[in-house]
Amino acid sequence: MEQKSIVSLRNINVNFDGEVILNNIDLDIKDKEFITLLGPSGCGKTTTLRIIGGFLEPDSGDVYYDGNRINGTPPNKRNVNTVFQKYALFPHLNVFENVAFGLKLKKLPKAEIKEKVKKMLSIVDLKGYEKRSVSKLSGGQQQRVAIARALVCDPDIILLDEPLGALDLKLRKDMQIELKNIQKMTKKTFVYVTHDQEEALTMSDRVVVMNNGKVEQVGSPIDIYNEPANAFVADFIGEANILNATMIDDYKVRILGTEFECEDAGFGKMKPVDVVIRPEDIEVTTPEEGTISGIVVNSVFKGVHYEMEVKCNNCIILIHSTVSQNVGKKIGMKVTPYNIHIMNKLFPTADNELTVTVTSDNEEENTFSFEIEGNEVTVEGAHFPKDTVLNVTLPPSGISFAGEDEGDLTDVYIESVIWKGEYNEIIVESDERKWIMHSAQDEQVATYAPICFNFRDAKFEIVPPDTEDSDEI
Amino acid sequence: MRSKKLALPYAVWMAAFTLVPLILIITNSFQDSSGHFTFDNLYKAWEYREVFLYSLEIALVSTLICLLLAYPMSYMISRMSEKTQSIIIMLITVPMWMNFLLRLLGWVILLQNNGPIDTLLNLIGIDVQLKDNDGAVVLGMVYEYLPFMIMPLHTVMSKIDKSLIEAAQDLGSNGFNVFRKVVFPLSVPGIVSGITMVFVPSASTFLVAQYLGGNKKMIGDIIEQYFKSDQNTGSAIALCLMVVILLFIIITNQFGDEEAVGV
Repeated sequence: MEQKSIVSLRNINVNFDGEVILNNIDLDIKDKEFITLLGPSGCGKTTTLRIIGGFLEPDSGDVYYDGNRINGTPPNKRNVNTVFQKYALFPHLNVFENVAFGLKLKKLPKAEIKEKVKKMLSIVDLKGYEKRSVSKLSGGQQQRVAIARALVCDPDIILLDEPLGALDLKLRKDMQIELKNIQKMTKKTFVYVTHDQEEALTMSDRVVVMNNGKVEQVGSPIDIYNEPANAFVADFIGEANILNATMIDDYKVRILGTEFECEDAGFGKMKPVDVVIRPEDIEVTTPEEGTISGIVVNSVFKGVHYEMEVKCNNCIILIHSTVSQNVGKKIGMKVTPYNIHIMNKLFPTADNELTVTVTSDNEEENTFSFEIEGNEVTVEGAHFPKDTVLNVTLPPSGISFAGEDEGDLTDVYIESVIWKGEYNEIIVESDERKWIMHSAQDEQVATYAPICFNFRDAKFEIVPPDTEDSDEI
Repeated sequence: MRSKKLALPYAVWMAAFTLVPLILIITNSFQDSSGHFTFDNLYKAWEYREVFLYSLEIALVSTLICLLLAYPMSYMISRMSEKTQSIIIMLITVPMWMNFLLRLLGWVILLQNNGPIDTLLNLIGIDVQLKDNDGAVVLGMVYEYLPFMIMPLHTVMSKIDKSLIEAAQDLGSNGFNVFRKVVFPLSVPGIVSGITMVFVPSASTFLVAQYLGGNKKMIGDIIEQYFKSDQNTGSAIALCLMVVILLFIIITNQFGDEEAVGV
């Protein structure tokens, strides 16, 4: 059954101080669903929530509520209520007065307010707490007051901004189930914001995975887990082996030098792709029976399963299995085609490709220089005369992070960091373009760092000066 | 125990410069010049009841004007960016970098006959007495003590969590209701300490009325005068003033406690 959309966001853009916070967000929220906006901090999920709540106006784009455009409608005129991150309970009011706040503003008769508050407090399991001061309640109880305060106004939509973030693990798990039950019981649309993927998978009917102000994927928890749209989603949701691979042909993929069967097609021939294999989907066999073999380098007991690291060529593969294998043992591994999930690469090319003009050269020392975004870079061991136009192919290994104030480019934005079994594949964004690089270190996404270039392994190709484009004559 | 040891210097300081003078004032109040117990000083103090009332009246009016000026101002400041806030707060304290007496003399020059303001007003045909009246005294007091009202109000208001204001909007409050139901009740502690910080010193201030009120005297001036000749009567008047101020503080604090629990 197709549910109607209650809220629709169309081409929403938000910038703060020249930084893009939301980049062309399109989203439909269906009536009475539990939808979760999931992503790392700084991905724009809270900003999206604030736009729905009316606390923030998008720089461009439209917000529709039940088919009507509601841009510019203030929060108090929207039939939406919010559960704030730190609850935002009024410290000068007691539990009853907090919950009754919205109803009093609606000028309902006193008896009715009392009735409704009482009923709502029993729903959130706080019967008899009316007279308590909110500052004397525990985190979980404050949380429930905040939920009651929003629910009692009987809005169509409840917005929840990381409401369980401040609670300890045990309480958080209980509240997850409780929240889901409240949502089912009250038949309201819940829009939930979290960075906790497990929370999102547990509670949601649909999950919206966001990163860098963009929606990466929308789908049911099962879809998101089993069919991630790209390496970012695969990495963010659950544990995964994300590996570089080559699609040889339809249904055939080469991973770690070995050909595997898979169920994906339509990527083209000999196309570089990312492949996701969940650790629990790898079957441990004898070395002879396996499609591929490796040496167990680590095994940790995790309660339900053992988490093993298996070294295969230079790559570390993660396996979850109920049977432990001895460290140092050679094992075989098999994966059924269904469990190999193929995705397009996040970065369109395998190497960094750029076109530069030589700004100065030194024939004697066999060096030349050119500019990248206004910074001069000198290449040793090759020589091209001044003003030559070059197509440069710089492999990911040619870029590395530099120390403070040392890089060729300072303050590039780290957009994504994906562990590829032997190194982190990192995509960074400078002023004018994006770069792909490899690093053994783990870097924090959504931060800034300086990078430096090493053109020793780069390939240079002269662009003939007479032709407009760079094709061969 | 350690914390008590560290507090020792302050305890000594308090004893030497607060407690002992307080006791001296109390004992002085009930002694005549030869050291015999008497109520005469208090009777003499009673003669100044009108000056007392005048001082309290001026202090109350000044406090009220300070509150009316400072409250909206603090509210506006608290909603500005953090950087602007600290600049404005610094600018508000700038006059306090200068001596109290100098600031007062500044006003005397500004307001006196044939002073700059008077000359300007004469040019457009208005001839009024700017100085030597109660208005000038109140003006001087408000100028003197306004920062003491703005500071506590601003501190309290800037501490009001923005999400509380958003929560109030979210639950259906318009701007007026956000103010009435959230901002105002949460700012009451600031109002209470602002009133205390302005009323107490302005009730006991001296020189302002002398300079701006045309040699009028407030109770502070009387006390100052007496201490030059008759310390016993001076002490008795000071004691009465202290009792009145103490009562006032107790009353305002009661009001504050009731309105703002848990802040």
